[in-house]
Amino acid sequence: MLRGHQSWVFEHRPMILSTAAIGGPMEAKGPLADDFDLLHADIRMEQKSWEQAERTLLDEACQKAIEKAGLTKEAISFLIAGDLMNQIISSSFAARTLAVPYLGIFGACSTSMEGLALASLLVNARAARYALAATVSHNAAVEKHYRYPTEYGAQKPPTAQWTVTAGAAAVVAPNDGKGEHPVVTRATIGRVVDMGLSDPFNMGAAMAPAALDTLVSHFRDFDLPHDYYDLVLTGDLGRVGSRILRDLMVEHRVDIPQDRYADAGVLIYGDLPEVLAGGSGCGCSASVAYGHVQRRLRQGELRRVLVVATGALLSPISYQQKETIPCIAHAVAIEWPEAACQTGGRAT
Amino acid sequence: MPKAQLKKATPVMQAYQAFASAREPARPMARNFAIAFVAGGLVCVLGQAVSDFFVYVCGFSRKDAGNPTVAVLIAISCLLTGLGVFDKIARFTGAGTAIPVTGFANAMASAALESKTEGWVLGVGANMFKLAGAVIVWGVVAAFFIGLLHTLVAPGR
Amino acid sequence: MIYLWAFLVGGAICLIGQVLMDVFRLQPAQVVSILVVVGAVLGGLGLYDPIVRFAGAGATVPITSFGNALAQGAIAEGKVHGLVGVITGIFELTSAGISAAIVFAFLTAVFFRPKG
Repeated sequence: MLRGHQSWVFEHRPMILSTAAIGGPMEAKGPLADDFDLLHADIRMEQKSWEQAERTLLDEACQKAIEKAGLTKEAISFLIAGDLMNQIISSSFAARTLAVPYLGIFGACSTSMEGLALASLLVNARAARYALAATVSHNAAVEKHYRYPTEYGAQKPPTAQWTVTAGAAAVVAPNDGKGEHPVVTRATIGRVVDMGLSDPFNMGAAMAPAALDTLVSHFRDFDLPHDYYDLVLTGDLGRVGSRILRDLMVEHRVDIPQDRYADAGVLIYGDLPEVLAGGSGCGCSASVAYGHVQRRLRQGELRRVLVVATGALLSPISYQQKETIPCIAHAVAIEWPEAACQTGGRAT
Repeated sequence: MPKAQLKKATPVMQAYQAFASAREPARPMARNFAIAFVAGGLVCVLGQAVSDFFVYVCGFSRKDAGNPTVAVLIAISCLLTGLGVFDKIARFTGAGTAIPVTGFANAMASAALESKTEGWVLGVGANMFKLAGAVIVWGVVAAFFIGLLHTLVAPGR
Repeated sequence: MIYLWAFLVGGAICLIGQVLMDVFRLQPAQVVSILVVVGAVLGGLGLYDPIVRFAGAGATVPITSFGNALAQGAIAEGKVHGLVGVITGIFELTSAGISAAIVFAFLTAVFFRPKG
């Protein structure tokens, strides 16, 4: 159901039946390694190309999530997936493997929450029984497509980020009333925000205003206090973008307590030096949301989480044509049923 | 909306750009400059040593030694690129390895290597010059105009 | 002595490149293209060969030398065959470098795989 200007409230509380996160060697070195279902030691994953390795990650994530849900792939009503490759081929091939009705989406690094919001909407509206939201990114494949060949000797500035090699998926199911799983309560769809920045090696600064815009819209549409959530997690603003967002929130009086805000791009790699400003890519927000955050939710450490996945909607050609970088952020709230407030915001 | 208007930043955008710039970690320029200088110098010292080898050991004239020297440096760069080591060095040395002919070789080798999965003709063949093509194009175009100027100003002299 | 000059001149040219990358925020391909044009211009003015004489590899190894060689080739052939010579002479002196780069880059693709 529509709430406010650009948000949905999921009154039937679709539950996240299961999630899976599959990572690569760099993720295995990071502090969240234990929250992955499977980690690959080799970035090629015994495939012939980077693109095939990316597909493998997505296949594995989808299959693991379905397995953990106790389902077979025939039970899945729809797969909603996207990635960073041209024509989102990784998702198309995963859909081929699963042989499930498929909705391909593109939100760059915001794909994870765009997919989760849509999957929840479908299940909530009884338009799907089980919906699978999934996404993936692969460091070498993304470098090859967007930046330079992987063996090219380029020097990157400290604002550059490291594309996460991870695939992650979530199975959304109708609420069975047993209260054993976290539920998706609400979502806010972002608008494209472009503040005229054009440096593809500093996407954090480009995306922070989009994250702010969506946060402001979310709290306005649902009329929630700013300290409602135990954790507000942005997708991949990185060290630079998250610092900017913290200052923006103070300036715009979005009073999310500082210790309740975190960024997945910063969390996933901790202090590893080679990642510069932190993680990025579709797999960044997805693997942290569907791995680390899910674990903390299920262990009772967190009760109400808002995941705000951020995406930079540029292409290699747009950058060469001196275009600026339009960005977007989608927010989805995941809560324990007892912790979620019953009515949220003004009905339209 | 006309293109010029779209590209012009509004005051809000300009304010944000300043806000973001102020929070951007600075590039370690002094460190980069020092390392590029030293690394570039060392690559050239290596080149001098190779050239001396061809002159003093193989008996080439200094002029004739130029081509094999460049070829040796290119071969070394391609080997390091193939071994996956060049990019790890270059991350650190920056222009020190990008400006000498080593950078040119790495650009070609890395592009060829990356495109292997797309086949030998449409992949390796077509993409080899993706990064290095610009320098050849601009060098040739500049040389053409300079040669043209010379021919018009001082023909046959 | 030439080793010292090779180090200093080569290092200086690379330093200029690093300044262009860090201060002017140019991509490596753009910096290298600028420097090759600079080399060609200096070659055209007859200023590059003196630098080669005292700095040796410090001047022949950086990409500026490629520009100089292209320009010298065009000028030399232009003197003999006029405008036609300007075009035919361009690769006269640099064909070895380009051939070597193509062959070795190709062999790299034959024997290795990218490591990511």
